[in-house]
Amino acid sequence: MTPIGTDAHRGSPTHLPIRSDMDLMWIRQEVRQMAAQAGFSLVQQTKLVTAVSELARNALVHGGGGHMDAAVVREGAHTGVRLVFTDSGPGIADIDQAMSDGYTSGGGLGLGLGGARRLVHDFRLDSEPGRGTTVTITMWQGSVPPTRQAL
Amino acid sequence: MTDRLTRLPQVQVPVLRLEDALLVTIQGDLQDTSAERLQADVLRHVAENPTAAVIIDISAVEVVDSFLGRVLAEIAAGAGLLAAQTIVVGMRPSVAITMVELGLSLPGVRTARDLQSSLSMLRESPASVHERGERGLDDTHRY
Repeated sequence: MTPIGTDAHRGSPTHLPIRSDMDLMWIRQEVRQMAAQAGFSLVQQTKLVTAVSELARNALVHGGGGHMDAAVVREGAHTGVRLVFTDSGPGIADIDQAMSDGYTSGGGLGLGLGGARRLVHDFRLDSEPGRGTTVTITMWQGSVPPTRQAL
Repeated sequence: MTDRLTRLPQVQVPVLRLEDALLVTIQGDLQDTSAERLQADVLRHVAENPTAAVIIDISAVEVVDSFLGRVLAEIAAGAGLLAAQTIVVGMRPSVAITMVELGLSLPGVRTARDLQSSLSMLRESPASVHERGERGLDDTHRY
C-alpha cells in the first residue's frame, strides 16, 4: 500500500462517519471533491461517487453504520483515491453470493457490491460472520491503474 | 436526538402539474428519505387527478445509484398501475455510462433528451404500457 503523498494538506486522510442517510450525502460530496482534486475526469468522478454511495449505504443498512476513511494515494506519477468502508455489523458468510448481481438481503436491487466492484479499479472485501465488513476500493486517475499497466 | 433530527428541514422535491402531466425536477443530490417521500407524493398526485404522464427531470442529478434507480423504477411501476406513464428526462451522459456499468437499466421507464422532447413524445406517441417497457430499455442501452 502506497503511503500518502508529501502534500500534507491535500493528502491528509479523512475519516467520516456513516450513521444516517445525511452522512451518505456528506460522503458523496467529500469523495467527489477529492476525485476532482486528484484530476479525475467527470465520468471517473461519477463512477467513483456512485460506487461510494453503494458501499456507504451497505455499511449503513446491513452493517448498522460505520465509517469511511479516505486518502489520496500516489504510485510513481499516478494519483488515485483509496477509500475504506468499515462496519461492525453481522458480517457476510457467503462473500461470493453477496457479490453476485441480483442477490439481496435488504430489499435493494442487489447491485450494490457487484456493481461497485465493476465501477472501480481495485476492490477488496474482507468479512467474517460476527466480525463486521471492511471494503477497500481504489480508483486511479486515468483509465489504466499502474499495477495493471506493469503486467 | 431523534427529535432534533426530524426537525431538520428536509428537502422536499416539488411536484408541479402541467395540464395532465406531472413535472418533477430533482435538484441535485437527494437524501434517501426525500427520495422515498417523492415516490409517495408522486403516486398520491397521480391517484388524485387525471394524469397521463409523470415527467422526471434529472438533469441536475450527478449520481444515480441503485437506490435512486430503484425509486425511479418504482415510481414508474406505480404510476403505470395507475395508468400514467413515466418519462425520465435530461440524464447526464456520465450518469448513463455509470448506470450501464452498475447494471441499472430502469425497465418500464421512457427517457427523453429534455423537457421539450418529452412533451413532443407525449403528443406523438402516447405508448401502451408494453411498448413503454421496451422503449425504456432501448433508450437506456443507447448510451
